[in-house]
Amino acid sequence: MSSKNFENPPARPLISKATVSKTEPPLKVALKPEEEMDRRSFLKWLTIGWTAFAAIVAGYGSFLLRYLFPNVLFEPKQSFTAGIIDDYVVGDVSERFKDKHGVWIVRDSEKIYALSASCTHLGCTPNWQSNEEKFKCPCHGSGFYKNGINFEGPAPRPLERFKIGLTDDGEIIVDKTKKFQQEKGEWNDSESFILV
Amino acid sequence: MSEVDPNKKTLWQKIAETQVWKAIFRTGIPRNRRQRTMVMLNGVFLHLHPVRLPKHAVKVKYTWCMGGLSFFVFLVLTVTGILLMFYYRPTVEYAYGDIIDLREQVPLGIMREIHRWSAHLMVITVWLHMFRVFMTGSYKPPREFNWTVGVVLLVLTMLLSFTGYLLPWDQLAIWAITVGSNMAGATPGVGTAGPGSSLLALGDVNFITSSSDARFAMLGGRFVGEGALLRFYVLHCIGLPFIIMIFMIVHFWRVRKDGGISGPT
Repeated sequence: MSSKNFENPPARPLISKATVSKTEPPLKVALKPEEEMDRRSFLKWLTIGWTAFAAIVAGYGSFLLRYLFPNVLFEPKQSFTAGIIDDYVVGDVSERFKDKHGVWIVRDSEKIYALSASCTHLGCTPNWQSNEEKFKCPCHGSGFYKNGINFEGPAPRPLERFKIGLTDDGEIIVDKTKKFQQEKGEWNDSESFILV
Repeated sequence: MSEVDPNKKTLWQKIAETQVWKAIFRTGIPRNRRQRTMVMLNGVFLHLHPVRLPKHAVKVKYTWCMGGLSFFVFLVLTVTGILLMFYYRPTVEYAYGDIIDLREQVPLGIMREIHRWSAHLMVITVWLHMFRVFMTGSYKPPREFNWTVGVVLLVLTMLLSFTGYLLPWDQLAIWAITVGSNMAGATPGVGTAGPGSSLLALGDVNFITSSSDARFAMLGGRFVGEGALLRFYVLHCIGLPFIIMIFMIVHFWRVRKDGGISGPT
């Protein structure tokens, strides 16, 4: 980096001294009294300006945020009817609503419950393996018993159950917006199963 | 051979005197230090390079050229990515089939593989670049700001990888993004499965639900479906490249302003 040409550039021709007249008084930009801005009004307009700017940015920001959440979803509804009690055989795991709604409907000797088909490890969909009587997750190998209790693999807690009930005309209705977790003792909640 | 007329201009000289030539190449052929400088300063592409470099700066063992390679791979990804966009349709119906067609039916079916390999390579070169910068202490002041910009670039590279991962729409893609987006669902405060999500509630009405949390904003749905595919596609092809280019401009600018590559400041 030792080019003398650059460190000591040749002297440039100075602006001709004739162009700078020393006799003329230096130009003063004088404002008329009514155009002068005092500190108070400067701060006032500064505050107004920045507040307006911040409000506009926040407004557009909230538009943008809201825009990300559509009003209409082309997804299956969160609650659905699932036939009648007699559709389900004691001891069976029904996969009728697994693909569309992500729910297994299980009937044991005394009740019917709706198990969430979402692994509690990282949310993959386990498979029901009827010969081994267990739910097995293909992603990381978590295993659950028929009642949803985890017993192998990385899943930290049992499968969740959804709210289940009967309509007035005896149809089973499952509501996925309300869930029941075994580790919170919620499986005893009467909304989490149908007694049969 | 006949005599050579000393006044006769060669074709080359004639071309160099045309208005078209002179309008494009303003400084003429650089024959001295000043002209070489002017060439670098006057061209929009050449001015991205420094006018002069210390000789050691281009030593491969000083930088491994990893920053430059990252940028080169980014350019490859841009070109191949645009070409892939001619054939790929980001819908649940067509996405997977289009990916197969890109390999089986489209001429030069290797285009998608080049994009994929380059994507893997970019993650590797970015990591190695960071490793080199760390080992040579190049994150220290006055380059600490540029280190931070570099961290942002790393995150953006990861996000580009993540969004691109979904686009083939095969089982690997869908479940990988399911797993990845569930992490967003565990964000404190704004994820429905995260800590503190129940704090934002009015009585029984919870505001952070599976259809109003961070994960939903990312996927445009409650699960990885049509909405997620389209959002990831737009982010992968337009949104994230746009942002990463802005940060790259700042990154390269700061390299120059902080003393150039691989030298003391």
